[in-house]
Amino acid sequence: MDDFTLFSIGSGTMTATATLSKDRIEPRYSAWERLKSNRDWLGFWFMMPAAAILLLFLAYPLTKGVWMSLTDVKIGRPGVFVGLENYEELIFFDKTFLYSTGFTIIYTAIASAAKFVLGLYLALLLNNNLPFKSLIRSIVLIPFIVPTVLSAIAFWWIFDSQFSIISWALRKWGVIDHNINFLGDPILAQATVIFCNIWRGIPFIAITLLAGLQTVSPSLYEAATLDGATKWQIFRHITYPLLTPIIAVVMTFSVLFTFTDFQLIWAMTRGGPVNATHLMATYSYQKGILGGQLGEGAAIATAMVPFLLAAIMVSWFGLQQRKWQQGSKE
Amino acid sequence: MASVTIRDVRKAFGSVEIVHGVNIDIQDGEFVILVGPSGCGKSTLLRMIAGLENITSGEISIGNRVVNNVPPKERDIAMVFQNYALYPHMTVADNMAFSMKLRNADKAEMAARVDKAAKILGLVPLLDRFPRQLSGGQRQRVAMGRAIVRDPQVFLFDEPLSNLDAKLRVQMRTEIKELHQRLKTTTVYVTHDQIEAMTMADKIVVMHDGIVEQIGAPLDLYDRPNNLFVAGFIGSPAMNFVKGRMGSGGFVADGGFALPVGTAPAASEGRPVVYGLRPEHIRIDPQGVPAEVVVIEPTGSETQVVLRAGGQEIIAVFRERMSAKPGEIIPIAPTLSVAHLFDADNGQRLVA
Repeated sequence: MDDFTLFSIGSGTMTATATLSKDRIEPRYSAWERLKSNRDWLGFWFMMPAAAILLLFLAYPLTKGVWMSLTDVKIGRPGVFVGLENYEELIFFDKTFLYSTGFTIIYTAIASAAKFVLGLYLALLLNNNLPFKSLIRSIVLIPFIVPTVLSAIAFWWIFDSQFSIISWALRKWGVIDHNINFLGDPILAQATVIFCNIWRGIPFIAITLLAGLQTVSPSLYEAATLDGATKWQIFRHITYPLLTPIIAVVMTFSVLFTFTDFQLIWAMTRGGPVNATHLMATYSYQKGILGGQLGEGAAIATAMVPFLLAAIMVSWFGLQQRKWQQGSKE
Repeated sequence: MASVTIRDVRKAFGSVEIVHGVNIDIQDGEFVILVGPSGCGKSTLLRMIAGLENITSGEISIGNRVVNNVPPKERDIAMVFQNYALYPHMTVADNMAFSMKLRNADKAEMAARVDKAAKILGLVPLLDRFPRQLSGGQRQRVAMGRAIVRDPQVFLFDEPLSNLDAKLRVQMRTEIKELHQRLKTTTVYVTHDQIEAMTMADKIVVMHDGIVEQIGAPLDLYDRPNNLFVAGFIGSPAMNFVKGRMGSGGFVADGGFALPVGTAPAASEGRPVVYGLRPEHIRIDPQGVPAEVVVIEPTGSETQVVLRAGGQEIIAVFRERMSAKPGEIIPIAPTLSVAHLFDADNGQRLVA
């Protein structure tokens, strides 16, 4: 009412305007309509499906796995809480666990390094103007497209102790006089599965780095050429530094995939011979599902988490350093 | 510093020839601008001088040395790219010092030369920044700084201003010209913008479809264009082309009106010609050709008027402000005593 008196002091037209606008301010929206146009509320519901999927298929199994690793649950028998007993058992009494952890680290280190070097080389090669460029690029992707189990079975045959085509060919050429026991000898078997992992992993790295290479403006290479850079200097001072962000991302993924590898080993060696090729993932499965020791199996799987976190941290801090990308100082 | 000689240079990509035998002489210290519409081969020519493209046939020499088979880095040239091509992961200082770093140059010398170039271009406060943190004009200046540090025989510019906004472009135009006056390094500059060419060049090379249409000083091209292409390309708004033929007393346009030609070219009577008339060379004259006003576009400093006379559209630019309305008839006449006349068939200039 105060408003009204204030306006009525002025001219008549002014009062009229005031009353008019008062009518206009009061459009009635229902609670539902107001909720419909509330961005926060809508955003919450748009987020829900993704959150539900993450909770159901990621957070729940992870939590459950960690919980199981703290119990003595076995197949067919609900367990009771035993604290860190499973971990103690693994670390102090289970040589195979320590061995498989060691081999997982070596497997990841060698395979990732080799995949990086070869993938980068392949990417640089494919970035040139080759005849049938797109065809060659598609062919390169094949190892990645073929289901792992399928290629692993093919490799199993290639490296078989009796029917290996490699042994056969080398024998025909007279290089060796008896078959090489690729998958029967521990060291050879380890080398073989690492080789297969490299073969399978290169395309992912090569194609991703190739995509990265193509974002580098050709005029930078031309400018560097005019500045007097040799091919190697261009790679060293232009290509490689510009590629580091994408290298960090792709190598993080590569390390994570390699560390958690299961299919390849399981299809080729099942962790043999004498547990030489067990990775943590296969050993966890062996112990937990096949051996029925769910608690210990879960403990092995949980033990992988710190390694994976460490790999992520390394790449995270690696990514942080490149301030030239961010545009601000510091 | 050096002269640049281009002798009968051709360039073909596969079976498609895009530069058809170009001859250009660039004097030591000269500022030469290659100008032409896109696809005319000017950038390709520049890249051939730089060594980024092979020369299909012909010869390019820099300072008396034929460089056809000399790799780019040994040609002693520096190039400024359209997108600047600054190394994004290096600071301004590192960008400028990169060529010296590759040569393992002395650290003190490196710092001194970067500092000198930075002072010339006003880049000193920006030396520690990354290209991302710079504005378009600053990046442009860093690109020039990188070229200056090299102290090359020849500067090459490939449309360096086309990524800048209109105002900055005018400012950088002045800066580049000033830089050239200061350093006196031979410069070859490619642009599609005839105003850039007119304002900056000592010598303009007008290119079209892989051939050189005309070479000359800016005002020579403006005053005596060799052919219709040059006449239409140089000058803004573009020269009006009035179609018609030569009568006994002078030029008779297709619409029926006559225009004075000064001295008529010899033996030209009855020939179909194009009468070139620059918009700024039109005045209002009570004795002139009646033309209908179609559109008036005042720009403040001048007034552009689109006129129609005898069915042909003519654009005129007047220094004065106009009170005429569309639909009005005003009488116009050329101010020049000698007209630009071109052969209607081959587009060549007819000389009196």
